[in-house]
Amino acid sequence: MPLWDWSAAALHARFAAGDVSALDICQAFIDRIARTNTALNAFLTIDADRALGRAAALDREVDRRALGPLAGVPIAIKDTLCTEGMATTAGSRMLAGFIPPYSATAVQRLEAAGAVVIGKTNCDEFAMGSSNEHSAFGVVRNPWALDRTPGGSSGGSAAAVAARLAPAALGSDTGGSVRQPAGFCGVVGVRPTYGRLSRYGLVAFASSLDQIGPIAHNVLDAALLLRVMAGYDARDATSAQDAVPDYPAALTGDIRGCRIGVPAALVHTGVDEPVRTCFVQALEVLAARGATLVDIAWPHASMAVPVYYVIATAEASSNLARYDGVRYGYRTSGSPVLREMYERSRDEGFGAEVKRRIILGTFVLSAGYHDAFYVKAQQARALITHEIESALEHCDAVALPTSPTAAFPLGDRLADPLQMYMADVFTVGASMAGLPALSVPCGFVDPRLPVGLQLVGRRFDEATILRIAEAYERDRPWGASLPSLPS
Amino acid sequence: MPDRRDDFSVAHMAQLARLRLTADEELLYTKQVGDILEHARQVLSVDTSGVTTASSEDEATGRTRSDTVQPSLPRDAALGNAPDAVGRSGHFRVPKVLG
Repeated sequence: MPLWDWSAAALHARFAAGDVSALDICQAFIDRIARTNTALNAFLTIDADRALGRAAALDREVDRRALGPLAGVPIAIKDTLCTEGMATTAGSRMLAGFIPPYSATAVQRLEAAGAVVIGKTNCDEFAMGSSNEHSAFGVVRNPWALDRTPGGSSGGSAAAVAARLAPAALGSDTGGSVRQPAGFCGVVGVRPTYGRLSRYGLVAFASSLDQIGPIAHNVLDAALLLRVMAGYDARDATSAQDAVPDYPAALTGDIRGCRIGVPAALVHTGVDEPVRTCFVQALEVLAARGATLVDIAWPHASMAVPVYYVIATAEASSNLARYDGVRYGYRTSGSPVLREMYERSRDEGFGAEVKRRIILGTFVLSAGYHDAFYVKAQQARALITHEIESALEHCDAVALPTSPTAAFPLGDRLADPLQMYMADVFTVGASMAGLPALSVPCGFVDPRLPVGLQLVGRRFDEATILRIAEAYERDRPWGASLPSLPS
Repeated sequence: MPDRRDDFSVAHMAQLARLRLTADEELLYTKQVGDILEHARQVLSVDTSGVTTASSEDEATGRTRSDTVQPSLPRDAALGNAPDAVGRSGHFRVPKVLG
């Protein structure tokens, strides 16, 4: 089996045992990226020299087993995360050429664990999108079908892992942007509990919703990355001080007696039939392994998308006010007056989807509408949160399809932003409640497009949803499937 | 009350958000953002009478640290991505405020 088809855990084990060098591992992925990335446009930046230099340094270490748990493993980083000295664009013309003077905490912790950052992946601009068609640097294509979207906004990371351009990657998830592309690309994607993983160095979209999460072929790799990155960070005011469990050790395969809540009413309408079939079959696998299925109610599920879009756009309009052409980022030329410079820089630097969201967010925060819209939406958010948490008093995890459809064709939803937003209908709830959630591959629909099973857990109980997902994976290792691409 | 589509002005929002939209953009976003806003107005109908606190309350509120100087970004690094910076004095140079 070629090196690029090995999992992160397996690569580390082989490196630590001395079977293979970090340099050979790194080169294998660099070569594969060189052959394959043009067709997918998953990566925006590859820093081969830096990655190979880092790998060579690992090889020179005398005691490999004393190095961190990810030593030798190449990782791709979504371009919304700052990487010191490496271009970070957030998929936007506004940050073209921006070289961060520091790395995100999540990246620092991966590198301290011995991981080798191989490059930056493409994404919807400022993480705003569900199809990776809103990047200023071109669309990303789904490795399973090049005329289809990989999902978004972490489409580049999900496509890179699915196509084996990296064994694992980081994405960021605000309304579903790790889980949904993971589902569309047939890989595992985890959104941690809000506060579990530091947001320091993550380009902000919506600060009460943003979380960084791992994307990998399998649950063990995702659990490994999560354990390395999670934990308190004084540089993130919302960082949780809760202890970090040993996530890999929680993967016992034993889910006997686990209660899995299913909002049956929600799943029986608005989900494509083939997707629902995969979802139901996945539940049957879990039941066969000893889990109990429990019907749960979620009365305000239909409000989740509009509530999310009021809150997320409001926060985005505030966060993106910093891009004014003064201290960093794009500045227009030829404006003689400061205000005009602000206005032109922002209009020329931002793409259409970002501008739409800034406009909507500005409106719901504006005088006369702030209380009616924004405050009301936060109250509705509390209600939705209460409903999901109440359901989780009667079950250990809630199961949903990750998306109502499989990957849709590129261009299909660009003319109707609202239709695009509805792709997030099953993911925004966990985001707003701050609960951990993941997508694990649960099958394929015609014409060989992956489908994801989503599990939502209790606050800081990533271990349970990881355990359920990995137990499922033992019977149905869909993530091991490989799309047909040049090898 | 915000219950009418015609209370939404893209031009006014663009002004608040410091975006100089083209005429085509203004037309397009009036339709697109207007449609999204109509969908978002559903939020207004949610019965939140039983909700005592908004979800935005942060559990971490009140966490403080001592008011001591800590290492921060070196000035050259802070100026390093500026479109126009004066390294000698540590300023960002911009066009004049008034025309």
